[in-house]
Amino acid sequence: MSARQFSLSSRVSPRLADLGLLGPAIAVILVFMVAPMAIMFVYSFLQAAPYGGVEWVFTTEAYSSILFERDFLDNSLTFTPDYLIVLARSVFQAGIATVLCLVISVPTAYYIATRPERQKNIWLVLITIPYWVNLLIRTIALLFVLRGDGPINAVLMNLGIVSEPLPLSYNGFAVCLGLIYSFLPFMVLPLYSAFERFDFRLLEAAYDLYASRRIAFFRIVLPVMRPGLIAGSLLVFIPSIGSYLAPDILGGGKTLMIGNLIGTQFQSARNWPFGAALSMILLTLTLLVLLWLARRAGHQKSDCR
Amino acid sequence: MRTSASLSISRSSERAQGSTEKPRLHDPRQDTIAAEVKGLSKVYNAGSSRAYEALKNFHLSIHANEFFTLLGPSGCGKTTLLRILGGFETLSAGTCTIFGQDVSRLPPEARPVNTVFQQYALFPHMTVRRNIAFGLEMLGTSRVETERTVERMLELVHMTEYADRKPDTMSGGQRQRVALARALAPRPKLLLLDEPLSALDLKLRQKMRLELKALQRETGITFIFVTHDQEEALAMSDRIAVIDQGRLQQVGTPEEIYEHPKSRFVADFIGESNLLDARVSGLSGTEANLTIEGFADIRAPIEWPLEVGQAVSLSIRPERLIIREAGEETCSGMARVVARTYLGNAVEYHLVAGNQSLTARAPRGGLRGLLDFAPGDEVGVGFEPGAIKVLLS
Repeated sequence: MSARQFSLSSRVSPRLADLGLLGPAIAVILVFMVAPMAIMFVYSFLQAAPYGGVEWVFTTEAYSSILFERDFLDNSLTFTPDYLIVLARSVFQAGIATVLCLVISVPTAYYIATRPERQKNIWLVLITIPYWVNLLIRTIALLFVLRGDGPINAVLMNLGIVSEPLPLSYNGFAVCLGLIYSFLPFMVLPLYSAFERFDFRLLEAAYDLYASRRIAFFRIVLPVMRPGLIAGSLLVFIPSIGSYLAPDILGGGKTLMIGNLIGTQFQSARNWPFGAALSMILLTLTLLVLLWLARRAGHQKSDCR
Repeated sequence: MRTSASLSISRSSERAQGSTEKPRLHDPRQDTIAAEVKGLSKVYNAGSSRAYEALKNFHLSIHANEFFTLLGPSGCGKTTLLRILGGFETLSAGTCTIFGQDVSRLPPEARPVNTVFQQYALFPHMTVRRNIAFGLEMLGTSRVETERTVERMLELVHMTEYADRKPDTMSGGQRQRVALARALAPRPKLLLLDEPLSALDLKLRQKMRLELKALQRETGITFIFVTHDQEEALAMSDRIAVIDQGRLQQVGTPEEIYEHPKSRFVADFIGESNLLDARVSGLSGTEANLTIEGFADIRAPIEWPLEVGQAVSLSIRPERLIIREAGEETCSGMARVVARTYLGNAVEYHLVAGNQSLTARAPRGGLRGLLDFAPGDEVGVGFEPGAIKVLLS
């Protein structure tokens, strides 16, 4: 109310004042998000030019080549699962990273949220400190740690636990580790705020009504915290599924994820329409997940009303 | 641990068929001890510089079927005592028994006790029905039995039509009823109520007082009720324990507590009191002769050992202080009116007599109500016979 009175509305009409406040943000979204996505959408229905770029001929070739391979000689289509495998691997990797982030974050967030006020801030800063360093540098540094001649293998071999270096890098394990490391705070922070808002007297009420610790956790804590759990999972899953750096550097290009596939199409493969089509598929997939979760969260909300 | 709780519940459900259906007239279990604490102490932050003793060597027995109130100002330790009975706080010393069973070291889920929390702590993601059923489900009660009990509880607290609503769509009074039903559904042997009325507005609070009292009679469950509101305590309780600074000050029926306060604290905290300094000037049989500066000597019954010459505090309720026209013979002293407050059904006069200040309350409409005084008037002050209480401390 007071913000309203303080605003420009006394001199300018309310609608104009709103536009003045929101305008810059809307402009940025229009220019840097809506417009590029529209271009992508259009490109995905065009033909690839031989040296990158597009030719203005309408075709659904880009989409069909995700599932079918066109034979050079007789122009016939045969089904190929290669790209579907990449897509499935991306969903799988991102899913594993999300679940592991959840498992790590729940106790962490609980611990931080139950500290005294001053300690909380220290812990929150500690959680975000790695983010003061660039993601690329952090990812490469992680590679050095995991490599065959890296410190982990050195320690394990010196202790005689293993005789040969463990294959920690350039595989799915390393990629998954990289994803977890990259996106962990996006899980910790929403969960922290959910725990922060959680009324711990509900737990006392549950114990009072003969619930065990385990049952109280599953029947009271988890359901009440569901919005936070969903928010954290989305914030980890969505960037994970399209991630580029971690699979590229830690996977050594061997465990291709959809982000790398798209990147390649715009760079070395010079097949812009195909890259655009893959992007559209990824975007659609992400939106479907979002929509599904939003509806579920919405249901719960409307139950509460 | 679970078994002990479920055993006791099944025992108490037997009683559900019999005695609870009709209001109790005479209760044969009056002498059964429902809860007892002995030598109970609670120290927070023990051993550190911030150590704080919330309860000091506390002894208390609560009878079965009683509406028992723990009354005291905030921070007096009453809530700590309730939380120790519920199992939410550990005790530092002493024992705590519930129906003869030592529960000192048992967690809340192993005690045959349920709690109505101050802010109700209803599960926000569950409907009213699910909330009420929760305790029964945890005890492994059969689905049919659970449903039947939930329906009965909904009726008991008049919430049947709200059964499928969620707590945050309801008013404070409705939530409070649900919290009551949820805590009563598993038929606890002891119901703990932590200031359950404090979040409600005055009208609703007064209505809920009657409902709570009726509910306690109907169910026959022992209620232990925590409040800082003395009016609430007097209106509902069978017995009251007055607590101050972690110590038990006095236990008794509302009448005993109000009419015969033992200490300055109780006299002052329960209702209003004029506290006068006096000296014992003589003892004769059952009565003591008391000298109050500026007043004629008065007599009061001896309720505890007194010595001649001893300095004591006296208490007299404002409504039992009589004021008259100055110069009337029945008065025992003189005072000057410094303020007059109109209260609707009564008028309150603030008086000064020598170095003592007094408050007198005269009901409107009565004989004395015909008299009225203004600030500055000199009046005569008298004490109703038997109204003066000699305090122990």
